[in-house]
Amino acid sequence: MKCDFCEKKATVFLTQLVDGQMKKVCLCDNCAKERGVTDPTGFSLADLLLGGLPGGPGTVAGHPSPGVPGNGKQCATCTFTLDDLKRVRRFGCSDCYATFGDEVAQMIRGMHKGTSHVGKVPEGLMAIQFRNQRIEELRSRLDQAIASESYEEAAGIRDEIRNLDEVKH
Amino acid sequence: MMRFNTLIKHPADWMTGGQGEHGAVITSRIRLARNLRRHPFPGWAKRDQRAAALDLMRPAVEALPAMKGAFSHELGDLTSVQKQVLVERHLISREHAARGDGSAAVIERRQTFSLMLNEEDHLRMQAIRPGLQLTAAFSALSELDTNLEESLEFAFDPTLGYLTTCPTNLGTGLRASAMLHLPGLVLSDQIGQVLQAVNKIGLAVRGLYGEGTESLGNLYQISNQSTLGESEETIIRRLERVISQVANHEQNAREKLLEDDPEMVSDKIGRAYGVLRYAHIIDSKEALNHLSLLRLGGTLGYFPTKTVMLCDSLLMDIQPAHLQLHSGRKLSPEERDSIRAEIVRSRLQSLETPDNRMSSNDDKNFSDTPNPNPGDA
Ligand SMILES: [Zn+2]
Ligand SMILES: [Zn+2]
Repeated sequence: MKCDFCEKKATVFLTQLVDGQMKKVCLCDNCAKERGVTDPTGFSLADLLLGGLPGGPGTVAGHPSPGVPGNGKQCATCTFTLDDLKRVRRFGCSDCYATFGDEVAQMIRGMHKGTSHVGKVPEGLMAIQFRNQRIEELRSRLDQAIASESYEEAAGIRDEIRNLDEVKH
Repeated sequence: MMRFNTLIKHPADWMTGGQGEHGAVITSRIRLARNLRRHPFPGWAKRDQRAAALDLMRPAVEALPAMKGAFSHELGDLTSVQKQVLVERHLISREHAARGDGSAAVIERRQTFSLMLNEEDHLRMQAIRPGLQLTAAFSALSELDTNLEESLEFAFDPTLGYLTTCPTNLGTGLRASAMLHLPGLVLSDQIGQVLQAVNKIGLAVRGLYGEGTESLGNLYQISNQSTLGESEETIIRRLERVISQVANHEQNAREKLLEDDPEMVSDKIGRAYGVLRYAHIIDSKEALNHLSLLRLGGTLGYFPTKTVMLCDSLLMDIQPAHLQLHSGRKLSPEERDSIRAEIVRSRLQSLETPDNRMSSNDDKNFSDTPNPNPGDA
């Protein structure tokens, strides 16, 4: 069997479960060593499997590409473009999340348990503002959900509000 | 500033701690990802931008009360073996080690916290504890994070939470994981089922496999996959519940094996003991698999309980960079195999043969004292 990263013969075989399916990765001695797969305690194995797999999320972001790409979307803060995003599946800076809002929404669909944050919030005035704004948003979504009789969604939103209130102390 | 050798001379706190849950849970680890506002992420930033972010973060991190007298170095200042040793101790990631200039590691004296500066995210901080202690690890790390927020402005969005380089970490930026030792489930052929079940409820399971289907060292890692849409507490609570269930299954499997097939168990443990005690050349895979069985023997009363700890520190010390550090020079793979065997032999020198199990299979109180009633064994 060939190594998934190069053409050499594979000698190390990793298995992980993805959505209940066994997924096998084959590596040659070299590639295994390079990626720390021989680390018996597996933390670096986790790092390998969380990123850097062929077909998985990209590894390291490359260099800024010159000029503006096809559809013109580009982050004003860091010059990251839509092409860059498609290439590395990662972002250039935190402002990219606003610039590429539609793409973000698409990327995170199905990736996480929910689409909005219900955890820790940075301390301070700013944070309280954020949290209140968020609760307001959720309340109006809750009203809509109830109005349209989508009770399952409403229950989810109610939980999120409760969680936010909980975090507030 | 703390020197590398001072840091490494002592085993990390978490390496000498936990035998709770009958040793099935080796370590708990919490990682939080944070980024600075308005600074490009490290993988995208130009050299001077990375340096600017580092200049902001490093003093803030070093000033944390918890990091008093910490080890703090730019990766470019460390040798490759030193970086490798930090990776083997889980204090920095392999990816971080590869970054070199412009990245730094700040590691708390007892190695319970380590902070990676300019890894994939600006800041990745982690806490490691022995045994199943995700909640405790999280609250300690969260406090450190809150302290940092007084001096650093993190990128945060009311809807998306903490903003990370990769969208898989969005929201809480939290990765909680435990390293589990599951020889009982492997030997009784139940491991597949259990892992499938764990995966079905949305947790990630990873094992390290050798050729065929046999797993290396019977070690598995369980962690959360989702970071957005649930609070940290919810994520951790679920993970802890699942992990202790798995640990229970493991314990039941071990007890059942001893009941149904004591010969097989004794044979495996006896063979592992023989190889580790007397081998002169041993590669890391073989060492790992036998140490796993020796560790099992430590929890089943074949050896004193402290054997579990001995195995855990050996797991660390037989890795390539640790071996090179130990011998103070670069080693060929052949040399490593013989030095590895030498270290294992000498550590196990005083470990008696497992012929006399110290407790019968209904005795849960394993101790160092000999069985007062040998007829029962
Ligand atoms: Zn290869
Ligand atoms: Zn940007």
